[in-house]
Amino acid sequence: MTTKKFMYLNRRSSFGTVYAIESLEVVLIAAAFEQDVSLAFIDDGVYQIVEGQNADGIGMKNFSKTFHALGDYEINKLYVSAESLEQRGLSSNDLMPLVYEDEDDDWAEKPSVKVVSNAQLSKIMSEQDVCLSF
Amino acid sequence: MLHTVNKSSFERNSLKSCLNIIDDTSVILLIEDGVISAAKNTNAPMIADLAAQGRVYALQGDVEARGISSKLADNIKLVDYAGFVDLVVEHGTAVSWV
Repeated sequence: MTTKKFMYLNRRSSFGTVYAIESLEVVLIAAAFEQDVSLAFIDDGVYQIVEGQNADGIGMKNFSKTFHALGDYEINKLYVSAESLEQRGLSSNDLMPLVYEDEDDDWAEKPSVKVVSNAQLSKIMSEQDVCLSF
Repeated sequence: MLHTVNKSSFERNSLKSCLNIIDDTSVILLIEDGVISAAKNTNAPMIADLAAQGRVYALQGDVEARGISSKLADNIKLVDYAGFVDLVVEHGTAVSWV
């Protein structure tokens, strides 16, 4: 099967709408088809991977834990907009420490999350075959 | 009056619309993605004065779900669902800025 570069653009926070969890579902489907997948988190989408989410009080599933599984599906390119983080008073230290094991480097554990500028993100986006916005 | 806002101020203008209209005795309760406006961020000045007057509440469960408990702006009062009900009873007419 031909491999294409897919980028999933996450622009909304986790629980207010169904977009975030639906995006994650589609990301996992693309991974099952062994595509080259990357995720971008911009605007309120950065809240999806904030560390320490606890959904007990609102009776919803805390699917943020699923992001930890992405590394095992060889999804290890998670780009976060530096500008969006800054606007929200957040930094890379507030994000979940998501990692993957690099098979080309003796399975060394490496970070999957990269904070990038909007200009860098724009360039990465232009290199994709498909961009899906959620 | 009690005004509930359930949208992020980064994504919609519901909070701004609400602030443009409400009177001096009204209080605001931030719920769902509305609690994003209760965090220390570049939109925090929108409600800083109201919060200083003790008139801004945020629903605790929604704050915890979004991982922003440790990042709340000053003077935001947290309430649980029972506290939500108390606010409705205390302030009479409620407006939902959906």
